[in-house]
Amino acid sequence: MGSLQLKSIRKAYGSHEVLKGIDLEVKDGEFVIFVGPSGCGKSTLLRTIAGLEDATSGSVQIDGTEVGHVAPAKRGIAMVFQSYALYPHLTVKDNMGLGLKQAGAPKAEIEDKVGKAASMLSLDPYLARRPAELSGGQRQRVAIGRAIVREPKLFLFDEPLSNLDAALRVNTRLEIARLHRSLKATMIYVTHDQVEAMTLADKIVVLNAGKIEQIGSPMDLYNRPANVFVAGFIGSPQMNFIEGARLGDSSAKTIGIRPEHMALSRESGDWKGKVVHVEHLGADTIVYIDSEQAGTITVRLFGEHRYAPDDIVYATPTVGSMHRFGDDDRVLA
Amino acid sequence: MSKARDSFLRTGFVHVALIAYTLVSLFPVFLTIINSFKDRNAIFRAPLTIPTPQTFSLIGYETVLGQGDFATYFQNSFIVTIVSIALVLLFGAMAAFALSEYRFRGNTVMGLYLAIGIMIPIRLGTVAILQGMVAANLVNTLTALILVYTAQGLPLAIFILSEFMRTVSDDLKNAGRIDGLSEYSIFFRLVLPLVRPAMATVAVFTMIPIWNDLWFPLILAPAEATKTVTLGSQIFIGQFVTNWNAVLAALSLAILPVLVLYVIFSRQLIRGITAGAVK
Repeated sequence: MGSLQLKSIRKAYGSHEVLKGIDLEVKDGEFVIFVGPSGCGKSTLLRTIAGLEDATSGSVQIDGTEVGHVAPAKRGIAMVFQSYALYPHLTVKDNMGLGLKQAGAPKAEIEDKVGKAASMLSLDPYLARRPAELSGGQRQRVAIGRAIVREPKLFLFDEPLSNLDAALRVNTRLEIARLHRSLKATMIYVTHDQVEAMTLADKIVVLNAGKIEQIGSPMDLYNRPANVFVAGFIGSPQMNFIEGARLGDSSAKTIGIRPEHMALSRESGDWKGKVVHVEHLGADTIVYIDSEQAGTITVRLFGEHRYAPDDIVYATPTVGSMHRFGDDDRVLA
Repeated sequence: MSKARDSFLRTGFVHVALIAYTLVSLFPVFLTIINSFKDRNAIFRAPLTIPTPQTFSLIGYETVLGQGDFATYFQNSFIVTIVSIALVLLFGAMAAFALSEYRFRGNTVMGLYLAIGIMIPIRLGTVAILQGMVAANLVNTLTALILVYTAQGLPLAIFILSEFMRTVSDDLKNAGRIDGLSEYSIFFRLVLPLVRPAMATVAVFTMIPIWNDLWFPLILAPAEATKTVTLGSQIFIGQFVTNWNAVLAALSLAILPVLVLYVIFSRQLIRGITAGAVK
């Protein structure tokens, strides 16, 4: 239970096309994350799967059944929203039980399922409270609990952590990872935060301007980006892009090197340059260099290093860490 | 307002202006009420003094209440006002929900069409309305008044409520859809409670012109059984003699119900329960 097939999904608002033919297969039990910049269509895609938006064309199949004309409540999905979207006038318990109640489940069953979900998320002490009396993190847990109670084939998360502060975000992220392991459910998750994507996903789908740029495991995308967009989107700080011609490689239009795949020395190296700015993060030191051969490049060093602006340094890319992209911005074999 | 930014002089001026305005607005009401407790001579001799033991009199109230029909007039006014408010709120909110929630062809045009009613006074159509009511056999019924007042109140209600409904979180409505609520339950159980303060505002704006209206009761329902308070009070105003005690007493009594309704609605204005629904 819980597979999903999307076939050439298109969605247009008037003449403006938001999704331009999305094909995707999600296997049972997979944790799939849609990432991409704002406006790339990832939320629209999620809403199309949920049935909150109708696709202009294409087919959505859940467990092999076409659900294009099935109401959201009957698709066997549950959704967690960025703004929590709890019913303000209902208690935590009623919030979590409403879906089952609408489906006509017997009272005892609702009690049982709500109880289980509440203990899974340590929400037991709050069952009688209303959303207004809960903190942000608790509200998001209630929203997740509301999804669990429905025992859906498909969990849909729409940027669930965006409204939480940094510490809570990490905790809730761990909680979601734990839930995925214990429920073994299929989850589809939308975020613009690549850390969430890298840490949670079995499979990442990178979207840009309504098209899928690449699908793969987090490490696939990091090590073998298919094109310039994915290379630049995954990884922080961003990959350095240098014109191939500047480095004497006439066959590649662009060459990419990750900031962490470079060594820095004061004595000798491939590219000579002047330090423009240094960021000390404790665990990392990020050095911005204006080099003669490669232009402005970013180098990420592990640990603390004493570089200062205007120092003369030499940067050397690690062997075999270069990504070469052709004229169409796709990776060269 | 922080104390640091406001000089004593500025707050002083603000308060003087507000107090002055309050006095100006309350003065006619005050005058009506004090004079309703005086005898006829005192009303004319010293209209601005409060009743003294010598001038105190309940003759106005005795006349009004002794008239017997006044209970009916009050009842008519109440029925017309309450039913009209209920219909305006129900249909106004439903139309506003449709306009703000669903994308359909002609949405904007429909919104504009419904808003035109704010700009064109309904009284311009009096003759046509009267002809219509005569044809429908509704003259001298409260139904006629309720229909007219509902039509009169709807444009503003739709205008205000649709603006408010746009602010209700889409996520909340979508969560309801996923939980299997019908569009009607989403409207009645999720959206309406969240726009309650706006509903109260609309109720107050709708109520006052209806309660005070003289025009349509006079034209559509002047029969004894369907008179409203405003129309009923007119019997004390004659071409040659006016029974001022009775007029002032009737007006003072007419203030009371509207005041009670206002208090009920304004409590809703303050009680917002949105907090905690969405961030």
